Amino acid sequence: MSATDVSEDVLTVMQARIAAHRREKRLMTLSGIAIFLLLFFTASWWTDFGIGAIIDGLPKFGHYLAKLFSTPAGGGSAERIPIVSFAHLFGGWDTKQSILYWFYNIGTFISLMLDTVAMAVLATLLGFSIAFLASFPASHNLSPAPWIVWLSRRILEVLRSIPDIVFALFFVFCYGIGPLAGILAMGLHTAGALGKLFSELNENASSRPIEGIRSVGADWFSTIRYAVVPQVFPGFVSYALLRFEINVRSSAIIGVVGAGGIGEEIKKVINFNRYEDISAIVILVVLLVIAIDTLSGRIRQRFIGDARIA
Amino acid sequence: MLVLEGVSRRFGDKSAVSDVDLRIEPGSFVGVVGPSGAGKSTLLRMINRLVEPTAGNIRFEDRDTTRLSGSALRDWRAQCAMIFQQFNLVSRLDVLTNVIAGRLNHMPLWRSLTKSFTDAERTMALRALHRLGIAEVALKRADALSGGQQQRVAIARALMQEPRIILADEPIASLDPHNAKVVMDALRDINRRDGILVMCNLHTLDTARTYCDRIIGMANGRVVFDGAPAEFVGGVIEQIYGADGARIDERMTSTSLGVGGAGQPAPMPA
Ligand SMILES: Nc1ncnc2c1ncn2[C@@H]1O[C@H](COP(=O)(O)OP(=O)(O)OP(=O)(O)O)[C@@H](O)[C@H]1O
Ligand SMILES: [Mg+2]
Repeated sequence: MSATDVSEDVLTVMQARIAAHRREKRLMTLSGIAIFLLLFFTASWWTDFGIGAIIDGLPKFGHYLAKLFSTPAGGGSAERIPIVSFAHLFGGWDTKQSILYWFYNIGTFISLMLDTVAMAVLATLLGFSIAFLASFPASHNLSPAPWIVWLSRRILEVLRSIPDIVFALFFVFCYGIGPLAGILAMGLHTAGALGKLFSELNENASSRPIEGIRSVGADWFSTIRYAVVPQVFPGFVSYALLRFEINVRSSAIIGVVGAGGIGEEIKKVINFNRYEDISAIVILVVLLVIAIDTLSGRIRQRFIGDARIA
Repeated sequence: MLVLEGVSRRFGDKSAVSDVDLRIEPGSFVGVVGPSGAGKSTLLRMINRLVEPTAGNIRFEDRDTTRLSGSALRDWRAQCAMIFQQFNLVSRLDVLTNVIAGRLNHMPLWRSLTKSFTDAERTMALRALHRLGIAEVALKRADALSGGQQQRVAIARALMQEPRIILADEPIASLDPHNAKVVMDALRDINRRDGILVMCNLHTLDTARTYCDRIIGMANGRVVFDGAPAEFVGGVIEQIYGADGARIDERMTSTSLGVGGAGQPAPMPA
């Protein structure tokens, strides 16, 4: 009888607790929704963001397409004659407003895109080298002293947290318009981003080989070279290739502030409303990015596979 | 002569090794036994300074090794090679490079960083591997070898150091009885032919009796037995491992190597 009492007591207590728990959870959910709405509406009000603005802009999109798929009537008139036939759209180089005609300037674009890729390659190599060297002192398990870890981590953090476009503004100011500014900007940001990832790989490296090499009387550099680098290098390369993909996208944009590559051209054709050029560049950049991502992904996979067998 | 005087090590408020005094003759084969946590590994690691002693000093031929730092410390480490339970090879490097790594202390930095080894170094490494009967695996990756082979690579690396002392921390604890015997025989061969002092932590008491000419028993960080294998019997073992421990340990550990009858297959524990 007393046993029943006790168990009923437990039930009442637990029921009360469950109810309290549910109230708590409901409160959490409601606060979550409230925070979401508050943030959304405050930021919308601040930026004039809204469905209205999006809908208002839509006709301009049609306008862009209309311009793209029409030719000027000629004779100084502002009137435009729409393209109606496929024959026109897929016409030759000198058929105005045919797709081929968009690319009349393709030689320039391709040369600028090669600039863009070269910038990304250089920036990735530069960033990789800095990150490689900085990652060892920035790893708790390898660094000679805690203050060196602290210092190298802070430096990498600063490099990482400044967006490359901000670096680019600064370097365009120092070195003038051109690829040099873009390369330095992306290189430094890459150093920061890769340095953090590399030092995490270092910290996950097995300590056994490290102890083994240390026990033969090897100095710090040799210990890193023999016990750590063989463990982490495939990972480093894989991260660097991912970063290269990011840098190709980034270097297509970074030219907008004058730091070289296709970005400068993008800015120019937008300013001058050269619709066919805009389309051509957008298509080329998309193709380039897809090609680079595919290629780099393939290499990455093969590299990891090889490292396991070799 | 390797001399330890009042050597202690604390980890926080836990005393891992307390006040150890030892005098070890050059060329001897010393076994260190004791229950888990007795401080065996800590003692060995303090000798080549992978662990710093908190008190006491360790002298080798009248040089205080506890005061060494920088390149003098690294030279000392090169002189007392260490062999680990888990082999501690660099798994992604080939065997030859792992063995040559034993000479890193004797190489200028630029050669070490660029892996520019000399023919003499390669030959020396191959000889060391050959001595341990595994020359044919020289170009395999270290992680492609069996445990027994890996431990022999580790011993070859130690030989490359041309050490005066070899410290072995449970070198056979991860090996099957056959490989354990191969590894212990190799250590004995090195000890006898090259006159290198071998100091070896062991969990298997009969292995200690078979191979060592002196046994040091540790419990709770202290040396509680120090004598010839013949004296290492009954009551002494009970003192080290406790009454229950002694019974368990003797049963668990007396079978992993064929005692005396070299080469005979070891019976399975009951
Ligand atoms: N790095 C460390 N940090 C804290 N405590 C440690 C450390 N290394 C060892 N100890 C402690 O010191 C004591 C002795 O450890 P040690 O590894 O020397 O024992 P052992 O005799 O080698 O044991 P086993 O036979 O299990 O290998 C243990 O209590 C252990 O917990
Ligand atoms: Mg141990």
